[in-house]
This record gives sequence, structure tokens and C-alpha cells, in this order.
Amino acid sequence: MTEPVLFVRNLRVEFTSRRGTLVAVDDVSFDLAPGELLGVVGESGAGKTMTGAAVLGLVEPPGRIAGGEVLLSGRRIDNLPPAELRRIRGREIGAIFQDPLTSLDPLQRIGDQLVETIRTHMPLSAAHAKQRALDLLREVGIPGAAERFGNYPHQFSGGMRQRVVIALALAAEPRVIIADEPTTALDVSVQAQIIALLRRLARDHGTAIVLVTHDIGVIAEIADRMVVMRAGRIVETGVTRDVIHAPTHPYTQALMAAIPVMGRRDVAVKPQAETLLEFRGVQKSFDLSPPLLERLFAGASRRIVRAVDRVSFHIGRGETYGLVGESGCGKSTVARLVAGLYRPERGEVRYAGRRLQMIFQDPYASLDPRWCAGDIIAEPIRFHGLLSGEAAISRRVDELLGQVGLSPADAAKYPHEFSGGQRQRISIARALAGEPDLLVCDEPTSALDVSVQAQVIELMRELQQRLGLTYLFISHNLAVVSNIADRVGVMYLGRLVEEGPVERVFTAPRHPYTRMLLAAVPDLAMLGIERPPPAGEIADPLAVPPGCAFHPRCPLAFDRCRAETPALRADAAGAVACHAADMDL
Amino acid sequence: MSAWTGWRDSDLWHGFVGSRLTVVAAVVAAVLILGALFAGLIAPQNPFDPLSVNLIDALTPPAWQAGGEGRFLLGTDDQGRDLFSAILYGSRLSLLVGVASLVLALVLGVGLGLLAGYVGGVVDAAIMRVAEVQLTFPAILIALLISGVARAVLPAEEHGRIAIPVLVLSIGLSTWVQFARTVRGSAMVERGKEYVQAARVTGLGPGRIMLRHVLPNVLNPVLVIATISLGNAILTEATLSFLGVGAPPTEPSLGTLINKGSAYLLSGEWWIVLFPALVLSLLVLAVNLLGDWLRDALNPRLR
Repeated sequence: MTEPVLFVRNLRVEFTSRRGTLVAVDDVSFDLAPGELLGVVGESGAGKTMTGAAVLGLVEPPGRIAGGEVLLSGRRIDNLPPAELRRIRGREIGAIFQDPLTSLDPLQRIGDQLVETIRTHMPLSAAHAKQRALDLLREVGIPGAAERFGNYPHQFSGGMRQRVVIALALAAEPRVIIADEPTTALDVSVQAQIIALLRRLARDHGTAIVLVTHDIGVIAEIADRMVVMRAGRIVETGVTRDVIHAPTHPYTQALMAAIPVMGRRDVAVKPQAETLLEFRGVQKSFDLSPPLLERLFAGASRRIVRAVDRVSFHIGRGETYGLVGESGCGKSTVARLVAGLYRPERGEVRYAGRRLQMIFQDPYASLDPRWCAGDIIAEPIRFHGLLSGEAAISRRVDELLGQVGLSPADAAKYPHEFSGGQRQRISIARALAGEPDLLVCDEPTSALDVSVQAQVIELMRELQQRLGLTYLFISHNLAVVSNIADRVGVMYLGRLVEEGPVERVFTAPRHPYTRMLLAAVPDLAMLGIERPPPAGEIADPLAVPPGCAFHPRCPLAFDRCRAETPALRADAAGAVACHAADMDL
Repeated sequence: MSAWTGWRDSDLWHGFVGSRLTVVAAVVAAVLILGALFAGLIAPQNPFDPLSVNLIDALTPPAWQAGGEGRFLLGTDDQGRDLFSAILYGSRLSLLVGVASLVLALVLGVGLGLLAGYVGGVVDAAIMRVAEVQLTFPAILIALLISGVARAVLPAEEHGRIAIPVLVLSIGLSTWVQFARTVRGSAMVERGKEYVQAARVTGLGPGRIMLRHVLPNVLNPVLVIATISLGNAILTEATLSFLGVGAPPTEPSLGTLINKGSAYLLSGEWWIVLFPALVLSLLVLAVNLLGDWLRDALNPRLR
């Protein structure tokens, strides 16, 4: 084996506060060969991000490196003075962070940012630095690099911005790059492109990459070796294939078992029941136009986003309907239309049930921080007058807490005293308190760790069986949807492009977009198999392509797709809106 | 007891004890406020009662100066009023006006800001335009306007009675805008949060959501601004009284005392202006320091 380029031994990071000392990273050791991709995986609070920050010398007070050593190319760097460290950072060790928008200076042209970084670390003239910057932009796959050189970060899409960040990290040809959740903020199709890019860079340049992420699917696709962290410690380390297929540590085993895998479900298909919710040609637009005066005097044009465009579907009682699609496809707008938070401007929403409730994505924002859990859960009961008398309400709250796996003692606690998963349980209890027929779930598990996600999904399934609930389940995570939904709808740029029973849609997709989505999902089963990433990115919702909105990315597109919007055609196996698929039928 | 131990363990308490300046400010503010509250018990003389004042005692220097008398610790003013008593009563008036105008500004500002931020649209535009117009009128102009109108409408003997309400109204009207703006901004943020949407899905009306969910969550910054505004309100009151549109000379506030004393500053009777000014500065400084501490303590980004 070649000499390791990065060498971390017994690293320990502590945070000291008046409440005591918290050990964020405890006795962490690993090494990294040139060109190697090491995945560091763990759930929130595992210390994976802090490990990356410690290697970069970016631990901020009150945190400090309390022990161990970090060697870069045989030289110890963890005890260097800040000025020295700054020289190494960027020159020999680069960083890529999660949010590509905040990683770039919004007020500086991306070309200038690149040139500045290059000239800080390399003795190049302005002209040579610019040439190198252009080469870098081309290398990370930015089309029209020369024209985009003078653009500002906000003029790029999320995926393109992350490419610019990667170009910045590469600017001085560092030997090591620390990438902290580089694809977490991106859509799956773009994520697949960035994964392919990182893999190519490691191979072509011999750059060693430490990839910190919570997503084991990403690690499975890209990493040579992986490290599993928990509570600041490494619990398991090894070749990615071995760790994923034959984990030895009980925690790793539990973690692998909790990962949702496509099509792993054990629920019988439900018989057709009466329709509980129906969407008929529903349309909803948002007016993002500048104020009237600006339009009149500065000649600014109206900007209208059609978030939901003539969408029709129905949900039967007791059924789970999954709605999938990438960000900006309109699935959250559908949820809010169902919940009555928005009114449709065309079409109609028919709801045959009594009440409905909603569960939201962010477990931190969905509970009023000033109310205790008991009051939060009791609010729908009090408001709808479902029970009278404090004793009865309090008994019901205890019962609901029990149903979601919490204890009656939790009623007196405030949201900040709970973990993310527990808060989501309180959200579910609050939703159940209103005795709804339909629960609208907008990405209910996306902000949770995988093990917690598995528990919440299990809880939701169990409650559905016990209480006969109907779910509208919205998620970008296809594997989760395939585990819980009976039928699924796929949305792209405001339109429903495919619909059908979940087994059929995910095993024999008809719409090219569904196929593309399925191909892009990082999957443990895809371990080590290199796949061509999907082409292109979602179009700007303000400038939806004419005809079929998907045609610029579609491998099957022909003339008719560019001119005529395909209608959603239904048959026994579901429905699809695609000219190419229509010809097959 | 548990509430007390909870407070003893809170970041607020630790931030307080950890800053010596804040503790000193709190002590100074407490002494001044208690002195003002119990002026009737502490003061040797009631300076608002013409019968207890003797013109013969006028312009007596402080007790430790040549010609000073023990019964007038800080000397007397041009009418023979004991300055120590006048300061105690005066700061009571200053605090009363400050607190009352603050309450008025809070009710107006928080209410309108909440409405503007949560309802948005036309309501928001209307309220904020009014607020912007309001900002173009300084407190002094409003006070002059209101007292001018009131003096023209009411008979002369009523003028003394309306002085304090005019002060409260004009200071309150000139400070509500900053509360409205702060609350509006926070309310717009909170409105977008999922707990508010959850309440809307449950079916709660806007009034109930505003009062029970949004209001408690936007009060932290308001608390900070209110503390700092109290200092400003007291200063504005002093300014207005100094200019003669504030507290009447028969019931002098700190500003009125400074106004009167300024006439004697160059003729040697420095104590009439110095001591009220000192108390005013101390009071405003202490209140502002407490406001700074509150701002830092409640700001999660500085923790």
C-alpha cells in the first residue's frame, strides 16, 4: 500500500461549557491513501462533521482539539499556528460544504473568486490564473464556462453552484479534500451527477477525498472504504462492500437494517374503497412579480409560477397515496391545497371525510416552542370541542402519547427537551388528536436520521392499520415511498406525469422521468456499479419548456414532445402523460 | 422553589451575574426607582405643595458648601424647594411618563405590527405607510401640536392637568413604530413556520393564532427594545419639559428642574442643574445597560 497522505491518530475534540465537558470526537483514527475515497457515515451528533472540521483546523471555541494528531503528507498540522494552517488549507487540503449557496460569496463573481483562490496559493500571473480558472470550470462540467465566468452565484442552479464550490476546492490541486454532506442539499438526479464528478476527480487527479455524509447510499456508490461513527467514536471501519454487506458491529447492523430499500414491503394490497379525496384539474399559481410601481416604471415583467398545473388524482379511504418528485415539482403545494392552506384557482378539491390533519417536515419548526407537549396535543381537542373537562382531555393526551410511543410524563415537557424523532411523534399525536380521516404528510421523515425514520414509518403504518387512517405521503425519497405507499404519483414541474400501483410504477416505470428518478437513487444494491448519471437539471419553474416540460432532458423526445403537452392517459395499470409511452401502448 | 432553582440555572442568570457592570446598573436602577416610588416617605418636603415651600430658603447651596443648611441636603431652587425632594418627586414623574408612554407604544406597536405581519397584503401596506408617515414627525413636534391644540381648546386652568397626558400621548405616538416594525418582521417569519400552519390546518382562526401562537414567539426582541426605549422615553420627557411643553413648573420633572437650573448655571447656583442632570444620566444609563444585557442574553447567536 502507498504511503497515506492523511493520517489521523486518536483525535479527540472537546467542548467545554459551564455545564461540563462534551466529547464530540473521541479517539478517532483513520488514514487515507492518495486517490482514495473514504466515506465517514453516522447519524446526527455522531461527530462526523466535527472530525472533518478538526482535520481542517476549523474547530471554533469553545471547542478544541484535546488530543491526538493529524498528519498531512507526514507533517503534523493539528498544532500549527493559525497563519500556517491557513496556508495549508486550500493549498494542500480543500473543503466542500453542504450548502453551495452559503459556500460562495454572493457579492463576488465566481470567476473572481476562483482567480483569487488560485493566486493566493499559486505563483501565477492574472492571465494564467484566469486560464486555470476556466479549465477548472470546464473540468467540473459547467457548460459555457467562458460566458459564465462573470456570473454571480445566484445566477447558478444548486447543482451548478456545487460544481463551482468543487472547482474552488480543486483550485490549488490539494492532495486531500474534505467533503461534508456535499450532495445533501441537492436533488437525486443532480446528486448522481456530483457523485460521478467526485469519483472522476479522485481517479484523474489522485486527490484523496473524505466524504462525510448521513446517506449510506451515497457512500455505497462512491467510497472505497468507510468509517461508521456513533457518539464521537468509530464503531466500525473497513472496505465499503464488506461493511455494507456484512457489518460486524451491532450498531452498524441496526443501521443497515433501518435503511429503506426499494420495494421491501410486507403489506397486502388493499381492496378498492370509496373515494375520500379527489383532485379534479386543480391549478395553483404564485405571483412572484415585482411590485406594481416597479413594473410600471422600470418595465419589469410579471413572473408567475404555475406550481400545480391541472392535476387530477384520487385517494381511496384507508389507502396511502405517495407523491414523489424533485424539489420545485409542486408536491408540497398539492399538500397545502389538500389541507386548505391554499385555494385552487381552477378545478376542485373534493374531500368526503370530516377532518384532516397535516404532519410537516421540520420537527423543530412544527411545534410551538412556547407550549408544552400536552397543550400542543390538546389544542385540536379543545378547539373542535371533541371532549369536555380537563380530566378527560388530559386522559386523552396521555393515551395519544402512548399511541406514538411516548410516556404521559412527556406532556409537561417543552419541544426543546425532545429529540427530532420524538418531536415528530408529538406532531403525529397532535394530528391524531383532531380525529382526522386523512393525514397529509409532507416529507415527514426527511429531516430524521435513518434509524429514527424507520421507527416513524413503522409507527405510521401501525397507526394506519389500527385507526383506519388514509395518508397522502409526500417525499423525495423513493425508497421510503415504496415501503409505505399503495399507489404513487410522480410530479414534474407542476404536472402529474405518471401514476399507478407502487409495485408497477417502481418496477416497470412508463414515463422516462420516472425511469430517470429510479436510476438516480443511490442504492445499496448498486454497490460498486458505475452508472451514467441522468442528464440536465430541472428547468426554471418561471420558464417551463413548451410542450412536454421534460423534453429537454428526455432521451426519447421527438418533435411532438416539443410542441404538444401530453395528456395523462389512464388504463388498468395506472396513468402516464408521455407521447412516447402512448405509442408503446 | 423549582421556578427559583430553574432561574438560578438559566443562561439569563449566569449572564447577569457574570457581568459586573450589569449588576451595578441593576443596583443603581433599583435605588433610583425605589427612591422615586417611595418619594412620599423619603423626601423631607413635598415640593409640589406650595405651602411647604418658603421663598426665604431660595437658592440655598448644598449642605456641605458655605451657607448650606442641613435640612437642604442638595440645596434649594429659586423658589426655595428642597432639591433632594424635588429630584425624588421629579424622577417619579419622569418614570411615570416614561413607563406610561412605553405601555401606550407597546400596545399600539405590538398590536399593529402583529396585524401587519400576520395578515399581510393591504392591511400590512396601510399600517406600514401610516408608520412611515409617523416616523417623519419627531416627538417634539407631536407634543407641540397636541399641547397647542389642547391649550387652544381647553380653558387656562385645565392646562396644568393635561400636561402629563399630552406628554404620554406624544412620546407614545413617536415610539410605537419601532415596535411595529420589529414585531411585523418577526411575525412574518413565524407565520411561515410549520407550527402556525399546523394550527391553520386544525382550523384555528387568525385572531386566535396571532394571540396564542405568534405573539408569545415574537416578544423577545420587543422586550429588549422596550428596555432601551424606556431610557429614550425618559430622555424625551426631559427634553420636552426642558423646552417648556412638558411637566408644569408646579410639578417639576427632572427635565423641568434642569430647565430651571440652566438659567442659574452662569450665576453660580450650579447645583440646581447638576444634581437633576446627574440623576437623569444615571437612570438612563442604568436602564440602557440593562437593555444591552437583555439583548445579549436573549440573542441565541451570541450564546
